[in-house]
Amino acid sequence: MSPQQNSDVDESAEAFTSPTVIDQPVKGPDDAAESQATLSAEIESIETQYKQDVAGGKKPETQPRLDYRPYRSSILRHPTKDPRHTDPETIELFSPAFGHRDIGTLESDLTIQADGEPIGERIRVTGRVLDGEGRPVRGQLVEIWQANSAGRYIHKRDQHPAPIDPNFTGVGRTLTGDDGSYSFTTIKPGPYPWKNHHNAWRPAHIHFSLFGSEFTQRMITQMYFPGDPLFALDPIYQSITDQKARDRLVATYDHNITEHEFLMGYNWDIVLTGANRTWMEEEDDD
Amino acid sequence: MTETTPTTDLTPTPGQTVGPFYGYAMPYEHDNELVPPGSARAVQLTGTVYDGAGERVPDAILEIWQPDENGEVPRKTGSLLRNGFTFTGFGRAAVDPEGEFSFSTVNPGPTEAGKAPFISLVIFARGLLNRLFTRIYLPEDTEALAADPLLSSLDEDERARLVATRGADGSLHFDIRLQGEEETPFLRFPSHED
Ligand SMILES: [Fe+2]
Repeated sequence: MSPQQNSDVDESAEAFTSPTVIDQPVKGPDDAAESQATLSAEIESIETQYKQDVAGGKKPETQPRLDYRPYRSSILRHPTKDPRHTDPETIELFSPAFGHRDIGTLESDLTIQADGEPIGERIRVTGRVLDGEGRPVRGQLVEIWQANSAGRYIHKRDQHPAPIDPNFTGVGRTLTGDDGSYSFTTIKPGPYPWKNHHNAWRPAHIHFSLFGSEFTQRMITQMYFPGDPLFALDPIYQSITDQKARDRLVATYDHNITEHEFLMGYNWDIVLTGANRTWMEEEDDD
Repeated sequence: MTETTPTTDLTPTPGQTVGPFYGYAMPYEHDNELVPPGSARAVQLTGTVYDGAGERVPDAILEIWQPDENGEVPRKTGSLLRNGFTFTGFGRAAVDPEGEFSFSTVNPGPTEAGKAPFISLVIFARGLLNRLFTRIYLPEDTEALAADPLLSSLDEDERARLVATRGADGSLHFDIRLQGEEETPFLRFPSHED
């Protein structure tokens, strides 16, 4: 990995930069002004309104809201104007091509990147990347990153006082197969605290970065684990207002993926926006 | 390997913020160098990302995707492990602590005669709950710019925000404003409709 270039910011900056702090006396960074109860009340009122709107005939939402106040960092970082409806031009109908020369075959196993074994619950996360018509996205790049089993990222600005695991970087890459499948062997990440509000904790998650066959399908998301008690409390997960849509980010425990005396298995399929026009065309054969 | 759980729900999977901790995972060596900096064909593309208060955003990561000088869409692999010769058309740049980014690339050509050449751009950031798409148009071909379907749907101010400025040294400059009076026009493609 190259040295990261944007290391001077972490979640702790949020307590200072959030405009909501203006409403209250500014306190120290470890004395976050707002309680979970305040945040949960906001989350709930947005949810209630959304349910009323849907009951009243509004189309269910499928993506997160960009303007979602409970996630304080979004307040100054969401566009306020409607996006311009645009037909994709030639370049946008294609996607960068990645090949086996780009990544090593071992990069999809995050448990073998060091001399020793990382600590934690060994898991496999596997599934398929599909377009909106259910066709496989073949030979495309999938990147992941995650905290270790104690909820700590290798990122040097992660100040969470949980142990770093010398045998775990939490970074993986792979190419999808002809059936759109991907598979990562890793360690189940732990939940971790952040500075959105007092006693804020992120549910355990793995960050996923995905390419389709068109650049318009480019996306980054987070995969969660079933039954996490932090779902109701987390403004990032809740920024998706529709429960069915949220569920699409939660992997399924699958005993058929679980391996005898070795690891626990999860299945998670990813559907990219729209159909990919170019899927019949052969990619570079390497 | 996933036959046991066939996907029948083809609703697109929701996006989520890239978060603050992509810095040790997404950047890679020469990620922002589509061509080696300083090489004969190299053009520097720079800019700054701002939030709605006009503050620089120090934790955004951008990707560009573009045709070569002749308007050819690259189909070559090797973006992650650059050999210094193959133009793959893809680059990635995390902004620095001042919110500034820099790419070394080439001027894209028109993909069809008469089309306004542009670079496709996608933006991720902490605090940004889903990616944003936009375009960086080259300033030179004013006739093609005037005829461009997207640009002609915008008012003059908005149009100007999608056209890069050219420096005396041939470099391109393009700032991104996530919110506010000068907000960058962001794009929604038909495939993004729910
Ligand atoms: Fe995270």
